Amino acid sequence: MKAIYFAWVRERVGLSEEEITPPREVETVRQLVDWLAARGDGHAAAFANPKTIRAAIDKTHVAPDAPIANAREIAFFPPMTGG
Amino acid sequence: MRVTPTIRVQAGDFDSAREEALLTQRRRDVGAVVAFTGLCRDENGTLAALELEHYPGMAEEEILRFANEALLRWRLLGLTIIHRYGVIRPGERIVLVVAAARHRGDAFAAAEFLMDYLKTRAPFWKKERRIDGSDSGWVAAKSEDDAAASRWER
Repeated sequence: MKAIYFAWVRERVGLSEEEITPPREVETVRQLVDWLAARGDGHAAAFANPKTIRAAIDKTHVAPDAPIANAREIAFFPPMTGG
Repeated sequence: MRVTPTIRVQAGDFDSAREEALLTQRRRDVGAVVAFTGLCRDENGTLAALELEHYPGMAEEEILRFANEALLRWRLLGLTIIHRYGVIRPGERIVLVVAAARHRGDAFAAAEFLMDYLKTRAPFWKKERRIDGSDSGWVAAKSEDDAAASRWER
């Protein structure tokens, strides 16, 4: 699946997107955040405080316990500041 | 008659008066138009510009989702929402919501609802660039904005 990052998540990870293949036991958004955090220093900095991270699967907001099994694209970003 | 909202996510500026006129031209049933324009504000003379990042595709989809929700909740005759991205300087326009209805209550409520949701649920992020060349980082989400949006929850 494709992981996409926005705002300070993107800056800390150092990438705007990447192709990821999490292992089968990574089933939820929360577990994927923990798995991503272990990919490197940038990822660790971006995902250090999971409470500040929001996620969307295939362009729809999802909760941390949402399953990732059928996701094509999963985005991570800080709380939104539009308007 | 089903209302189709007009939604645009764009880098360029928009003309609020023109968008309002487009919603009311050649019709006689509109009794109220509420147009809200959000501008880039400089609080203390140090802001050079905001850089608005967005999630292409999701921004449009999410705004359409709120727009359809507003059309279910209130009796609207027309609805236009425009949100800009990219570099926006103090005094420049960022966002426009125009709601047309037979009566003002529906137009006011829908416009306020949409702005509260745009603030907290539309995938846009603001970064502040200072006049001295520094960047003072990403604008933090405000709890007042979350509270404003949550009062519409059912």
